[in-house]
Amino acid sequence: MYLKHIMKAALVGVSLAALAGAGASAKSLVYCSEASPANFDPGTTTGGNDFDASSRTIYSRLVEFVHGGTTVEPGLADKWEISDDGLTYTFHLHPGVKFQTTSFFTPTRDMNADDVVFSFERQFKQDNPYFTYLPNLTWDYYQGMDMPKYVKSVEKVDDLTVKFTLTEPNAPMLANLGMDFASIMSKEYADALLKAGTPEKLSTEPVGTGPFQFVDYQLDSVIRYSAHPDYYKGKQKIDDLIFAITPDATTRMQKVISGECDVMPYPNPADVAALKANPDVVVLEQAGLNIGYMSYNTTQPPFDKAEVRHALNMAINKQAIIDSLFAGGGATPAVNLIPPTMWSYNKSVQDDPYDPEAAKKVLAANNVTAIDLWASDRFRPYNPSFQRAAELIQQDWAAVGVTATIKTLEWTEYRKQGKAKDRPGAFQIGWTGDNGDPDNFFATLFSCSAIGVSNYSSWCNKDFEDLIQKAKVTSDIAERTKLYEEAQVVFKREAPAFTLDHSQVYAVTNKKVSGFMMDPLGIHRFDGVDKTE
Amino acid sequence: MLRYILNRLLLIVPTLIGITICAFAFVRLLPSDPILALAGEHGVSPERYAILQHKFGFDLPLWQQYLRYIWQLLHGDFGISISTQRPVMTEFLILFPATLELSICAIVLAIALGVPAGIFAAIKRGSWVDQTLMGTALVGYSMPIFWWGLLLIIFFSGILGWTPVSGRIAVQYFIKPVTGFMLIDSLVAGNRAAFFSALHYLILPTIVLGTIPLAVIARQTRSAMLEVLGEDYVRTARAKGLSPRRVLGLHAFRNALIPVVTTIGLQVGTLLAGAILTETIFSWPGIGKWMVDSISKRDYAVVQSGLLLIALIVMAVNLLVDVLYAAINPRIRAQ
Repeated sequence: MYLKHIMKAALVGVSLAALAGAGASAKSLVYCSEASPANFDPGTTTGGNDFDASSRTIYSRLVEFVHGGTTVEPGLADKWEISDDGLTYTFHLHPGVKFQTTSFFTPTRDMNADDVVFSFERQFKQDNPYFTYLPNLTWDYYQGMDMPKYVKSVEKVDDLTVKFTLTEPNAPMLANLGMDFASIMSKEYADALLKAGTPEKLSTEPVGTGPFQFVDYQLDSVIRYSAHPDYYKGKQKIDDLIFAITPDATTRMQKVISGECDVMPYPNPADVAALKANPDVVVLEQAGLNIGYMSYNTTQPPFDKAEVRHALNMAINKQAIIDSLFAGGGATPAVNLIPPTMWSYNKSVQDDPYDPEAAKKVLAANNVTAIDLWASDRFRPYNPSFQRAAELIQQDWAAVGVTATIKTLEWTEYRKQGKAKDRPGAFQIGWTGDNGDPDNFFATLFSCSAIGVSNYSSWCNKDFEDLIQKAKVTSDIAERTKLYEEAQVVFKREAPAFTLDHSQVYAVTNKKVSGFMMDPLGIHRFDGVDKTE
Repeated sequence: MLRYILNRLLLIVPTLIGITICAFAFVRLLPSDPILALAGEHGVSPERYAILQHKFGFDLPLWQQYLRYIWQLLHGDFGISISTQRPVMTEFLILFPATLELSICAIVLAIALGVPAGIFAAIKRGSWVDQTLMGTALVGYSMPIFWWGLLLIIFFSGILGWTPVSGRIAVQYFIKPVTGFMLIDSLVAGNRAAFFSALHYLILPTIVLGTIPLAVIARQTRSAMLEVLGEDYVRTARAKGLSPRRVLGLHAFRNALIPVVTTIGLQVGTLLAGAILTETIFSWPGIGKWMVDSISKRDYAVVQSGLLLIALIVMAVNLLVDVLYAAINPRIRAQ
């Protein structure tokens, strides 16, 4: 009886809702996001879901990544000059860029050099009042991208010109400035908040120059945005953008099928086939900006010999592992360290062939019989099961006379122990890129200075190091491309790691949505998206 | 009676101390820590790790950290979330009404269906009705919440399209929280359509969260009724020639109610535990989902204070049940 009542009430509710919907003419798009944002200040957060909710909707940057790619294009800066010594970057700002007018702030001036200087200085100048404006600020991304090491100063030349001075040449700097932490904040707004004694509102009531402006956030539930009417690249076609926070992937999938949301990220890989067969939805996919690999500790015997590392690689049936981990597709075998969607990818590099016979001989000659093989319990986009992969590698190695002992640890502890310089054995790991610059893969993962941090192979090779360091200080893209192509040859020759795969990344939209594009950087953007009612 | 309550209150003190120790130790026993969790795939250099440890006070000996935590608590400070940088209490107060609203609906559903089902089964003891009802209750009790929730979503929302998949209210309704209870807030806003939408969104999570308490209450009611029905005073009442209705309603049911009330009170713990899974499946913005997120982020401040707050609620309800129990049971009142 009780249930019946509710059902009746519910049906009335639905029809009323439909009536209410028909009356409104505003175009709205619902995005079922995977997690709640920590806050709306992209300088202070690190998660992809944080950035989707703040930097990619509310804010803009000096330079932007081409939608759907990794190359850098003009953003709030129309153009820039890099000095010949690579130490000075001069940015010329787009005139007349408006900050958003919201219920909590009305800007009185256009965006200018003061805003740019403020946006960066707050992240490194200890005397900037915003350096410690939240109780436990750590500015993780600014630190993580080594900005304090490279940035000497950020200065205003005139209202529309900003000069960055570096301590040493660093070509990836330009790509760094397109990253989320480099979003441009309003200094006028920050000053007003400071004066009112509520600086913390910078992270909860955001104001930017981006395509959408903040309206409301109901904690852990719904975020509302509306189109920024004066967006410098033109007002968006979507009037209201709504993030419905939906952590469970199965629930998200049902929501997109039933039309409760228009776009969803990260379906369960196992559901992709069913979604592709569903006529009401569109499945988008792209090679992710990631790599799954297995690092040999090159300082520890028997891995100190390149021929042993090659032999171990040759003993592994890579395709079989990928087929088993990603049933129904979803990943491509990795030849190089960087994915094929990234500039400077070297197509001519040949992978180690699958040849257990040849491998067996080399391993026997070098007396390799036992190896520690590391696995963690965590699902990663580039490896849904380290454990399963470890078991398959164990079998392949057993076939060539090597006994692998699988060591399983919880994810964070796993990485902590894994990066120790003298860690024994072969360590499964991976990486998802930040800024689309090859340096973000090569230097982060295999430079000499990354040993003990993220160089799990403890590999320091002079040829490789020279190439990537030279590429880092060269601003000419063609020149850099050549250097990185060469570095990939050295990498494959020395084989400090077994490159497993680059996984596909998925998003699902309903049929009414147009203009939504996947981004290799793993972000979800809604500028340029439209919907037919 | 007063002494009884005082005794109960005194017992709360050692329990509370125990809970703070458990909550404090529990998050720290998990591998990894908030700094590593925040750093994500990047990892963090040993030097910077040491700086951050110091900043958060994690470099102090554990007993000092614990005392610091207790000192804060005694000053009414529940700490600040490491990931969102907001006070834990603020977040709790925003999210708790959602959990409360869902829990109330679930327990109302469980009582409304469970008590009559139990009585009915007791009256028809041994019949196929009894066996069907109790069999169903056993199935309901054994069903994993996660599986049950997804099953209902796939069937009622996916295939039939009768109910919304997840959320608290259709996204087109923008109801400013006043009380935090969506049903009340939508009425306060004078938006009937929003009220019905909120009701519509409550159906599935209420069923999922209410299933286990429903099963427990039905079984408890049945056995309590059976016990009472065998008592002498029921036989006397029957012998007096009272109508079966009066015998059941006045003599049997009221006495059977005593253990049932206790059972209902004890379901609060079950509800809060169930809320963790139910809220995660249905994207329900309550404290259950908040706890899950915070554990995965190793947000020590939120987990230890959140657990404490939840424990306080459970204890308060248990106390209330004890008092109520005494109030309705003369045998205890007399002590």
